[in-house]
Amino acid sequence: MITAEQKPIDELREMIAPYKRILVLGCGSCMAECAAGGEKETGMLASALRMANKIEGKDVVIHEKTLDRQCVKDFYIQLDDMIDQYDAVLSLGCGAGVQAVADMFSEIPILPALNTEFLGETKDQGYWVENCLGCGDCMLHIFGGVCPLARCSKQLLNGPCGGSVDGQCEINPDVPCAWQLIIDRLSSFDVLDRLEEIYPPKDWSKKQGGGPRKIIREDQQK
Amino acid sequence: MNGMSQLKKVLEKGEFAVTAECGPPKGADPGSVTKKAELLKGKVDAVNVTDNQTAIVRMSSLAACALLKECGLDPVLQMVVRDRNRIALQSDILGASAMGIRNLLCLSGDHQSFGNQPQAVGVFDLDSIQFVQVVKTMRDEGTILGGEPLTKGPDIFIGAAANPFADPLSFRVVRLAKKIKAGVDFIQTQCIYNLKRFEEWIDMARDRGLTEKVRILGGVTPLKSPGMAKYMKNRVAGMDVPDHVIKRMESVPKNRQQQEGIKICVETIQKLKEIPGVSGIHVMAIEWEDVVGEIVERADLLPRPV
Repeated sequence: MITAEQKPIDELREMIAPYKRILVLGCGSCMAECAAGGEKETGMLASALRMANKIEGKDVVIHEKTLDRQCVKDFYIQLDDMIDQYDAVLSLGCGAGVQAVADMFSEIPILPALNTEFLGETKDQGYWVENCLGCGDCMLHIFGGVCPLARCSKQLLNGPCGGSVDGQCEINPDVPCAWQLIIDRLSSFDVLDRLEEIYPPKDWSKKQGGGPRKIIREDQQK
Repeated sequence: MNGMSQLKKVLEKGEFAVTAECGPPKGADPGSVTKKAELLKGKVDAVNVTDNQTAIVRMSSLAACALLKECGLDPVLQMVVRDRNRIALQSDILGASAMGIRNLLCLSGDHQSFGNQPQAVGVFDLDSIQFVQVVKTMRDEGTILGGEPLTKGPDIFIGAAANPFADPLSFRVVRLAKKIKAGVDFIQTQCIYNLKRFEEWIDMARDRGLTEKVRILGGVTPLKSPGMAKYMKNRVAGMDVPDHVIKRMESVPKNRQQQEGIKICVETIQKLKEIPGVSGIHVMAIEWEDVVGEIVERADLLPRPV
């Protein structure tokens, strides 16, 4: 999933300061899973903003609404009847969600309430880790299910570097060395000799060679 | 401005090679490079120029190499893959060769989070092993990555680093083997304080026949103080400074600690000279280049071959 964290409340208050009627818009998919912008967080943020305005005696209307997904236009039907009453939307979608909403409702400013971070997994309660770059050419079958591009700080395809000590990365003792994980995993499958091979430079054209990427599937089109 | 790599000549003659390190200044002053060049002239076969080491912005390694070359030294251009993509790396190799720089050390580089530009993007388009392979192909096949021909390939003696002290130990030798497979001519190691571990590593390398295929220069760094030893042990990634070395530095009065550091360094070199598979030493006297001559002399490695 995509992960994000909420921006500091002061930054959000500054962002919405010019507006009088604001819709705080949550997203019930990835942003709910990473506890950044689901229904619960959207309600909490809207309440906090209302309370802050009340204390300062500002006359601002703040409503809240959470869509199942902000990045899929099919769900916007829920906004059609209500969007006109607002002069700004504070979106708790990921960057993709914010842009999809902005694309649909071009006459209203859509403001980001979150900082979108990475493609990752929920490791534990309140603990998410990055493990995919979306490179467009998955190599996980080679490296024992551990991605060296996403999880090695230097993106080495022929690691580990000289900074791997006691299974930890040189940049921070809290970061596990991805290459130690790869070596351990391939050892357990008895295929460590796979790493004697030199893996060639990554073909980054599948990530950024054609500018922003798109997927077109005619079999999925009506 | 052409000619052959002095380092290559010395190693091919089977002589015990000596290289040193010159850190470029945090400024545009050529004088500080030429001053270091004068200190090192005649004491070593070649001089490495670090490439924005510890991710701190300094004069470019390529430019400082050109200054050393003008002073009559044989520079070793260090290049990290942290700051340049494959286009820039290949382009700089061509430029370096055109300027008569004949040695290259291909490195990953310290992570950008360590330096004074932690907001920088880390490029890491190639890794150090791929980089070695690319340079070898440019030199031997006359082609760039992807196969397009060059009008003239670079004339470069290709080096890489090895850290016998990082983990996992058994894989350190695999990585050395990969660097050799990629086409490396010489290796300079991380600073050696733990000779026991270094010997374990080189024994494993010798068992795989690797010391026959590549020239290994053992890295040494003279310690200035027990504080420096502790800093290197605790704060420098992949550095192994055993407690007995720290204790030895602590056991002498403050005014004799530098001399003790030099003494440890000379003793390490004497031991390295006896280890089969070690073809030379690489003296990294950090901001202490004026001591290199003394170390090399006391290790009975002067005069250097002409």
